[in-house]
Amino acid sequence: MSDAAAPAPAPAKVSLAAPSAWRRATRSGGLVVGLLLVIGMILVAAFAPQVAPYDPDAQDVLLNLVGPTADHWFGTDAFGRDVLSRVIWGARISLFVGFVATMAGVVFGTVVGVISGYYGGKVDKAITAATDVLLSFPQLIMGLMLVAVLGPNLQNLILAIAITAVPAFVRVARGSTLAMKERDFVDACRALGYGDLRIMFLHVLPNIMDEVVVMASLWLATAIRTEATLSFIGLGVPPPTATWGGIVREGFDNLLDGWWLSVFPSLAILLVMIALNLIGDGLRDATDPRAPQ
Amino acid sequence: MLRFVAKRLALAIPTLWAVLTLVFVLVRIVPGDPTIVILGDQATPAAREALRQRLGLDQPLWSQYWDFMVQILHGDLGRSLVTNRPIVDDVWAVLPFTIELTVAALIIGVAMGVPLGVLAARKRDGFADWFARLFSLAGLSFPAFVSGILLLIAFAVQLRWFPVISTANATDPVERLRALVLPAFNLGLIMVAYVTRVTRSGMLKALGEDYIRTARAKGLPQRLIVWRHALRNVLIPIVTVIGLYLGVLIGNAVVTEIVFNRPGLGKLIVTALNQRDYALLQGLMVVSAFAIVVANILTDLTYGLVDPRVKTQ
Repeated sequence: MSDAAAPAPAPAKVSLAAPSAWRRATRSGGLVVGLLLVIGMILVAAFAPQVAPYDPDAQDVLLNLVGPTADHWFGTDAFGRDVLSRVIWGARISLFVGFVATMAGVVFGTVVGVISGYYGGKVDKAITAATDVLLSFPQLIMGLMLVAVLGPNLQNLILAIAITAVPAFVRVARGSTLAMKERDFVDACRALGYGDLRIMFLHVLPNIMDEVVVMASLWLATAIRTEATLSFIGLGVPPPTATWGGIVREGFDNLLDGWWLSVFPSLAILLVMIALNLIGDGLRDATDPRAPQ
Repeated sequence: MLRFVAKRLALAIPTLWAVLTLVFVLVRIVPGDPTIVILGDQATPAAREALRQRLGLDQPLWSQYWDFMVQILHGDLGRSLVTNRPIVDDVWAVLPFTIELTVAALIIGVAMGVPLGVLAARKRDGFADWFARLFSLAGLSFPAFVSGILLLIAFAVQLRWFPVISTANATDPVERLRALVLPAFNLGLIMVAYVTRVTRSGMLKALGEDYIRTARAKGLPQRLIVWRHALRNVLIPIVTVIGLYLGVLIGNAVVTEIVFNRPGLGKLIVTALNQRDYALLQGLMVVSAFAIVVANILTDLTYGLVDPRVKTQ
């Protein structure tokens, strides 16, 4: 995190938009694999009603706690619900919370960071101090406290995760803006008589988006992990709504009854984490000229 | 060294103040009437008024803030709303378990991460390098509760090597150690990943430096060059990454304790959440705030030990 926040040193970063960056990114393979996995999972989540073999909430007491079979690939839970269908439907909430919370954190954090870095002075000092304090708190504990205080529901979950994301993006955007505002093109904009708002958001912002995008891809993993962890602790979207963390929790409560109850939803979470980390690492390497070619 | 320590401690005071203020604000943003949140909406007005007085909520905000700070400076975290026991006592009772777990995880992280990172850097793109990269990717990707459950199912439920129900309370040291292995490894996994990554990239850079070439030219044995000369210069980023992710470790310790049913701060937090014991929750937030500030101080002090140049700056 800290190296992204430092003013860009020589050699200059490679823009993500440059064709060479794309070639570098795809050469390692990790980025492509990660992207394919995430796109696949988004499609499955989006078409859950068509893809899921059963109704995720349909109970069948005669068929409870059956291990993986040809009819129920991931087995059934204590209420006889199909675990595969619940994992597929759970992807909707888990991915939705992750994306929306990250987006909210990115937008708010980046705007504050750009303003803070662009204007400098007392406002910048105050914002930086507040960011440092917020970052000193472990993200998971902070999210846990926020949801505990606000009350566990979908809205508050998104709000709490977004709040924990904000300081990281403030720091990245501020650091990049500091480096960017010394550049000649910003002077040129001023000479042309452009207003501060126009310079900040039409000229500086597009030039710092690389750092923000790399950070966002890594943060997406953090957001999804936080949602799953909070749901596991019991601070997620209330049951019976299927979420990955919640399904793992139910499986964990029946751990001795069947391994499949917690293992399959766990693997779903793990898969999306690996995919997002591959994307984040790939994007970072692509923009870093010092990374091995 | 003493001046360095004193200076670092003085720097921690404003941070601690800010973090404590944050805790104060956080607990007071409860939407609606906190007495209803705690007692439920069936509570009589008299009961709610009594609770309001007990929590000091009838006082003006600045006065609440003052009392909060003075109390903490006296080492008093208040009393639990449910058991009415002093919160400090509850915390002291379980803190050793959490510290034991965290320290064990740190040791695992360094003992596995450093050799793995060094090996990966020496045999770049070789088998060890691929293994290290895959392992650290997995370590970074596993949410603590997911890896915990998988470890529990594999090694406790199926193989029965370790207890399913934690025996961390046992007086027998062997039994206590047996109960520590899985949770410590689970918590250490993420540290292994971070340490491996930073060691690998640091070593790759260090091994290309001029002083390494000089050492080679002098005919020093490879082992000495790698472990004494190069690794010494990678220690600072390693310590940095450990310090940076101590917070993550403290957060994951909570989850790990829940999965392995170990006594500790994590179990206490869940108790507080389930019973809506906001006083206990606030106390636990203060404790984690302290833990983080202390962790940051220790990290900075380690810099001084690892690299003598830091002290003189």
